[in-house]
Amino acid sequence: MTTLTMAGAINAGLRAAMERDSTVTLMGEDIGKLGGVFRVTDGLHADFGDDRVMDTPLAESGIVGTAIGMAMGGYRPVLEIQFDGFIFPAYNQITTQLAKMHYRSRGAITLPVVIRVPYAGGIGAIEHHSESPEALFAHTPGLRIVTPASPQDAYEMIQQSIASPDPVLFFEPKARYWDKGEVDVDRVVTQLSGAGGAAAGTAEMGRARIARQGRDVTLVAYGPTAKLALQAAELASADGTDIEVVDLRSISPLDSEAVVRSAKKTGRVVVVHEASTAFGVGAEISARVMEQAFFHLHAPVLRVGGFATPYPGATFEHEFLPNIDRVLDAVDRVMKH
Amino acid sequence: MDPTGPLSTDGLVQLLDHEGRALTDDVYSPYVANLDADELRAMWRDMTLVRAWDLEATSLQRQGELGLWVQSLGQEAAQIGSGRALRTSDFVFPSYREHGVAHVRGVDLVEILRIFRGLQHGAWTPQDHGFHMYTLVIGAHSLHATGYAMAMKRDAAQEQEPGAVVAYFGDGATSQGDVNESLVFASVYNAPIVFFCQNNQYAISESVTRQTKVPLADRGKGVGMPTVRVDGNDVIACRAVTEWALEHARSGKGPVFIEALTYRVGAHTTSDDPTRYRAREEEQYWAERDPISRLEAYLESRGELGDEFRAQVAREAAELGERTRTTVKSWTRPELLEMFNDVYALPHAGLDAERAWFDRYQRSFDTQEAAQ
Repeated sequence: MTTLTMAGAINAGLRAAMERDSTVTLMGEDIGKLGGVFRVTDGLHADFGDDRVMDTPLAESGIVGTAIGMAMGGYRPVLEIQFDGFIFPAYNQITTQLAKMHYRSRGAITLPVVIRVPYAGGIGAIEHHSESPEALFAHTPGLRIVTPASPQDAYEMIQQSIASPDPVLFFEPKARYWDKGEVDVDRVVTQLSGAGGAAAGTAEMGRARIARQGRDVTLVAYGPTAKLALQAAELASADGTDIEVVDLRSISPLDSEAVVRSAKKTGRVVVVHEASTAFGVGAEISARVMEQAFFHLHAPVLRVGGFATPYPGATFEHEFLPNIDRVLDAVDRVMKH
Repeated sequence: MDPTGPLSTDGLVQLLDHEGRALTDDVYSPYVANLDADELRAMWRDMTLVRAWDLEATSLQRQGELGLWVQSLGQEAAQIGSGRALRTSDFVFPSYREHGVAHVRGVDLVEILRIFRGLQHGAWTPQDHGFHMYTLVIGAHSLHATGYAMAMKRDAAQEQEPGAVVAYFGDGATSQGDVNESLVFASVYNAPIVFFCQNNQYAISESVTRQTKVPLADRGKGVGMPTVRVDGNDVIACRAVTEWALEHARSGKGPVFIEALTYRVGAHTTSDDPTRYRAREEEQYWAERDPISRLEAYLESRGELGDEFRAQVAREAAELGERTRTTVKSWTRPELLEMFNDVYALPHAGLDAERAWFDRYQRSFDTQEAAQ
């Protein structure tokens, strides 16, 4: 075991993947000498050189579009989009090309492209630097969408994503980059080099994690809100409410089985994410719980998330984002129902 | 230095050399022939005030009063020179570093800092200044600028006062699809627009050599528009080429691409650390080509600056600094419900329901406190 920040864990995971497979190639803006604006690729350019760590021209559509060609040419590009709000010039390439190439070619072309996206808020940033666009991509068939909540998951999931033959959007909760945790660096190596290989890794990263066991209410969270849900659970336990926290880890595929199992156990579900609740991931979870656990529910499924406004100025973000008070308010409401 | 590369000085228009000696140019000198000592001093004053305020903002960021700051240090000549070529009827689409142009367009510099204190995304009304909001998504505004110019062209057909648009962007932006698309649209529609590219040589950590192998002005040649490269640290040359380009655009001759070769003296933003990617020697080289000292040397050589004027501008700079500090620190967080304002022009049921819920939710804390 070794202690790493989430940024350090992703860095270590990238390094391990690059050492294992010489086709793994990083592409992005400022990822070379600078090591990325969050230093996630720190030191990799010095050790792997220009061909493996490519500072690209400032053009997101160009980054994703050329990565598709690189992947067709036999490489495994791992892209960094500098900030969530800057992914949209590449939206066309991601949704009309990257997501559909395997389907259109009837399986003849696989595109093992990973797109790393520092996302979500909470760091007092300016416009376009705090957004949570995961639902837009989860609504696009052909993409896998994952988001780690801990250094251990970050370390493993980045390598599982790189090993996956399908394109993966790897959303990194930027407010958690500096959180430290213990990381076991051996487990994922054994998995990926084992008989199941990439398939086992892809399946594994699609599974939710029960971050805390509880009886009364299920909080479903992911990425930046997993920690918030655990904090809320601790506070609620002082009031005698026993909360179970499900950290989704993967948004597409969504581990319905884990969510429904927990919903049947507690009978009360609250989904917590930073993205606006309207038409979001929480709505999908609510629908699945309704479809598969309806007669087990004691209360309607509630959602706590961002409001239906553009991400406001940083001075508003503590109230715009789901905070502990709002999570506990929802917990109270499902308990009193 | 690659003589044909993006940092070559080939064809660079200069009207002051870097020590402030006057040069002449057959094409562009006539465009600044009418600048008298008052106007030159005014440009020096603008540059000096903007720089002093810029340094003040940096120090406010360091004190935690601003979340982030984006310096324009070193780019004052490119901005003040081009900005002072504009007329009221013209319209500017800046990127996010054009504080000098904002100042020339009558935006109160202090107000700009509302954005960087996290209070709001836009801090002035664009129509009041002929100066659009800052756009942080690189190059996105170049298309808006082109469309605005297309609209102006329609206006001109109805015999309104001819105007033109200036779109500011940097060397990094020239790689974006939007910027390249805007060049195509502007060209085929013969739109009255000047693309003013401040090549400050860096897109965060990446040298301009990662964006191009040829001078950036050549981007314009590919779509058939006239191009000019200018010394971006020469405020008089920047003024001259922009006067020329705006006249070209306003008179119906179509778009122009200007590349102003300058240098980003500061970091990309206060979050950046240039020591990781560029050499001290390079910074020193450009420090010796400072745009303000250059005009200062020229004015001094002609005895046109004067101690009295210097002292007056120093007082103004100190007052601006003081007003910046006190105003920024006086800004408190607005009412939380304001975050729901202006999402739509007309009522929207979904948003209205959320606003009403949030209002009730907030008030529930008051009720709880009252009950205790």
